[in-house]
Amino acid sequence: MTNALEIKNLRKVYDNKFEALKGIDLEVKKGDFFALLGPNGAGKSTTIGIICSLVKKTSGEVRIFGHSIDDDFATAKKYIGVVPQEFNFSNFEKLFQIVSNQAGYYGLNRKLAQERTEKYLRLLGLWDKRDEPARMLSGGMKRRLMIARALVHEPQLLILDEPTAGVDIELRRSMWDFLTKINEAGTTIILTTHYLEEAESLCRNIAIIDQGKLVKNTDMKSLLSTLNSETFVLDLGAEIAPDFSLGDFTVKRRDAHTLEVMVDKTRGINEVFRALDERGIDILSMRNKSNRLEELFVGLTGQGAKNGAAQ
Amino acid sequence: MNAQEKWIAFITLVRKEIQRFLRIWPQTLVPPAITMSLYFVIFGQLIGSRIGQMGGYTYMEFVVPGLVMMAVVTNSYANVVSSFYGAKFQRFIEELLVSPTPNYIILWGYIIGGVSRGLLVGLLVTLLSLFFTKLQVTNLFVTVSIVLMTSILFSLAGFINAVFANSFDDISIIPVFVLTPLTYLGGVFYSVDLLPDFWASVSHINPMLYIVNAFRYGILGVSDVDVRIAFAMVTLFTIVGFSYCLHLLNNGTRLRQ
Repeated sequence: MTNALEIKNLRKVYDNKFEALKGIDLEVKKGDFFALLGPNGAGKSTTIGIICSLVKKTSGEVRIFGHSIDDDFATAKKYIGVVPQEFNFSNFEKLFQIVSNQAGYYGLNRKLAQERTEKYLRLLGLWDKRDEPARMLSGGMKRRLMIARALVHEPQLLILDEPTAGVDIELRRSMWDFLTKINEAGTTIILTTHYLEEAESLCRNIAIIDQGKLVKNTDMKSLLSTLNSETFVLDLGAEIAPDFSLGDFTVKRRDAHTLEVMVDKTRGINEVFRALDERGIDILSMRNKSNRLEELFVGLTGQGAKNGAAQ
Repeated sequence: MNAQEKWIAFITLVRKEIQRFLRIWPQTLVPPAITMSLYFVIFGQLIGSRIGQMGGYTYMEFVVPGLVMMAVVTNSYANVVSSFYGAKFQRFIEELLVSPTPNYIILWGYIIGGVSRGLLVGLLVTLLSLFFTKLQVTNLFVTVSIVLMTSILFSLAGFINAVFANSFDDISIIPVFVLTPLTYLGGVFYSVDLLPDFWASVSHINPMLYIVNAFRYGILGVSDVDVRIAFAMVTLFTIVGFSYCLHLLNNGTRLRQ
């Protein structure tokens, strides 16, 4: 089966001599929901920029559904819909014009362009705003506008660069549902995100880029299975002393009623419950300290929340 | 893209460009109409009536073709430079760059946008001039072809300016410091025959002189220069300008990192 995306030994050196990509190899299968992660400045946006022709590669090969961007970029571009990180539409144009013009740039005739524009503005809840200039929209609506514009020519590969940055939780969830549906309908999706929970919830495969190199490229299940331990936060029904300990578990007392416990995969959580029960301490509730992917991400890149890459 | 898809992309871009300058008509259509009307009143009527004949015509008749051409030149240029730089500044030029639309279609789309505004303003100014003088076209072919080629040429010039501009200051420097002086010194308001020999010779290296005079020849049938040279010059500059603009787009200069 043809891959949606094939990247071989991709390098990019900017004019200021900064080497953003140091030879990346990547394959994304048709129909996949793929996460491309990495700290700020790792090379994610450069990679996406090269795929959709906004950045010129220094060397290497990129194929979209088998079409090389060197030999047949026009055909390759037809397969791609891109939702960039920054807003990139005219603030003065009306929504309907922005989306239908984009359809025109892909060669869709006016009637079809208008039908598709209506379809995607409705799907993304923007139909009522169709005659308003884009500057009148909220931040979340602007993101949805860019998704509608990227989908209007019904691409087989949708690339989203930080699609939910700055979007409230409710809207983020509705965007996740939307993206899941179009992926189930057959569209391959590549997503970069700072919200690792987003990648963990949505994506089946993942690549992690750090300092222009690919440090991990695997499926999400295998990656998460490499975690040796997890940290749980327990809300307790009784007070615990400042020097509280729990057998040979590694614990950290957050406050008198909250305890963090690191649990090795080989042991299981029941041992913790039993140990606390023996001391007559009830557990009122329990949650993961952080999402699991975040812990892996920090381990692989040596970075994380400190630079805002894993929030 | 097949030919039909390319045509759709082209028409889409042209429609968008025309809608843009029509949407902001108080900025694009009204100012040149007011400015040129003032020129007609002040230079044509008030001062012109004391100047007498120039090139065998009343001063008003002489100055109208030059002013129409000045409007065409400045508006073709201004349309492309502001539209393309605006698209770069707000980054919606990426809408075109990520699409399969070929670069030459993108370039023609902006050119036709500039030509449309140049011709529309030229037509408005011509209609306004009819309040002040009678106009007749001596050579329709020369009139139409020179105005069309000039608007293409200055649309290309505006495109080059927009590609290299890094700020809104940069898109006004060339019109103010290059285009306006060349136009004013290009025989819009006077015949170069009135100048001392030295300055008349210097005027002949100003391309605007040829453009203005070719258009004046089309309208009045008189010119300070050989009209064939004007056509050759505009054709050459247009071909070179188009090739250079296409090279800039293909190379992604200031557009693709």
